[in-house]
Amino acid sequence: MLKDITLGQYFPGDTVVHRLDPRTKLLLTIVYIAALFTANTVLGYVVVFAALAASAALGHIPPKALVKGLRPLLFIMVFTAILNLFFTPGEDYIIHWRAIRMTWTGLKNAAAMLVRVMLLVSGTFLLTYTTSPLAITDGLEALLSPLKKLKVPVYELSLMMSIALRFIPTLIEETDRIMSAQKARGADLETGGLVQRAKALLPLLIPLFVSSFRRADELATAMECRCYNGGEGRTRMKVLKMAGRDAWAFVCGALLMAGIIVLRRLRL
Amino acid sequence: MEPVIRIRDLRFSYPEAARPALDGVSLDILPGSFVAVLGANGSGKSTLAKHLNAILRPSEGSVLVHDLDTRKPEDLIPIRRRVGMVFQNPDNQIVANVVEDDVAFAPENLGVDPAEIRARVDGALRHVGMYDFRLHAPHLLSGGQKQRVAIAGVLAMQPEVLVLDEPTAMLDPRGRREVLDTVEALCRSDGMTVVLITHHMDEAARADRVVVMDRGRVVMDDTPRKIFPQAERLRALALDVPEATELVRELNAAGLTLPEDVLTPAECAAAIGGALCP
Repeated sequence: MLKDITLGQYFPGDTVVHRLDPRTKLLLTIVYIAALFTANTVLGYVVVFAALAASAALGHIPPKALVKGLRPLLFIMVFTAILNLFFTPGEDYIIHWRAIRMTWTGLKNAAAMLVRVMLLVSGTFLLTYTTSPLAITDGLEALLSPLKKLKVPVYELSLMMSIALRFIPTLIEETDRIMSAQKARGADLETGGLVQRAKALLPLLIPLFVSSFRRADELATAMECRCYNGGEGRTRMKVLKMAGRDAWAFVCGALLMAGIIVLRRLRL
Repeated sequence: MEPVIRIRDLRFSYPEAARPALDGVSLDILPGSFVAVLGANGSGKSTLAKHLNAILRPSEGSVLVHDLDTRKPEDLIPIRRRVGMVFQNPDNQIVANVVEDDVAFAPENLGVDPAEIRARVDGALRHVGMYDFRLHAPHLLSGGQKQRVAIAGVLAMQPEVLVLDEPTAMLDPRGRREVLDTVEALCRSDGMTVVLITHHMDEAARADRVVVMDRGRVVMDDTPRKIFPQAERLRALALDVPEATELVRELNAAGLTLPEDVLTPAECAAAIGGALCP
């Protein structure tokens, strides 16, 4: 049952967007976010939305998938919208009845907030939909590599991330096995109140923890046996390479940013 | 012939253990040989394996790989490059999410050129018959396949010696056969030196030389044909004999006179056939 959980939301594919270098996609996501927060007019948001829609279409990502990604954030979005709606100071009241005050500025802020959060989340989802977690890790490592000069253990961090990703399915399998074992001995994991269920989880978590430590220990030895000696002097089999399409992607990103800045200046 | 690994009077104690895990072991491992190390639980066979590539260092005595000494920190990486090690649990030795990336891990650590890594990875995967699975996720493979990937991961270092510490203990019979066939082929057709730690008698029967350990000492060291007929002595060490050898012994006890040095079912069948219709 645990096996059904999909991890990361990568949609494998072979489109232009999928084939872009992960570094390009990470950088363009940052450009996209910057553009989104620079935009302050309706037309600006429309342009950002158009950029998102065009990228999703190029990557063959169904709009439904992007909308679905927003669902877990629904509560936060509604909550911030209500806060904005009722607690923005101003004089241009729409409703003013006792303590309840709603202003036009508040309404505008709430709408802008909603649009921003939605575009922000869908934009980052587009990155994870079209880039495998491993490629994201590699891209991050390459982009952060200048920090190595400041003694930031960039390679180690990215190795930790990829090992974590590697062991997620293994640990899920193990959890499943321990759950079956506990159930076979009469453990009740599904009924009862919150406290009771939390207590029932304990005999599940402890063996899982113990075995993860054992695994970590064995993996460390196995890595040492394969001459792991830190990130220094290490080479990579797959070297990230930028291609022509990456250049074009950067041109599009620059155009988007420039367009948004112009719109902001002209207050369109 | 000059030995690849030379073990001299090796003693080792785990901290706070009552008796030493290794109590004066001396062995020479010859290049190209297939050595099986047998022993009951706690006989010290895994501890011995961990000394071969300097995961553990001797308390006393020495382990030399050619002229490299496992006690010298500067010899550590050169030793580990020459002596590859495969462990029991395949899940806990695979580092990457993609088979070929995992096989590339060791040469990447050694700073090998990307094009050369590619060639080594493809070569190693072909050797263990896992080339078609190079883009698969390791957790979706069977136990035997995972263990073959682990072997490929070690082969990519181009080692001289392959040490396997109970590589089949967690596998089903099919996986065991896959792994053993791979290992045997590496030794017989590529001249790889293999040290196989095991407690399966029929696996040990495939080796050129069987070293039997008990309480941290080497108690028997000979060819399988000379070792396995000594069933009484093996039983005293809490070990079995291969089923084929056992059957011949029982038939002989019942009055037949079959050759005692039978190791495989095929040899056993031939021996019985020979006795029935001479």
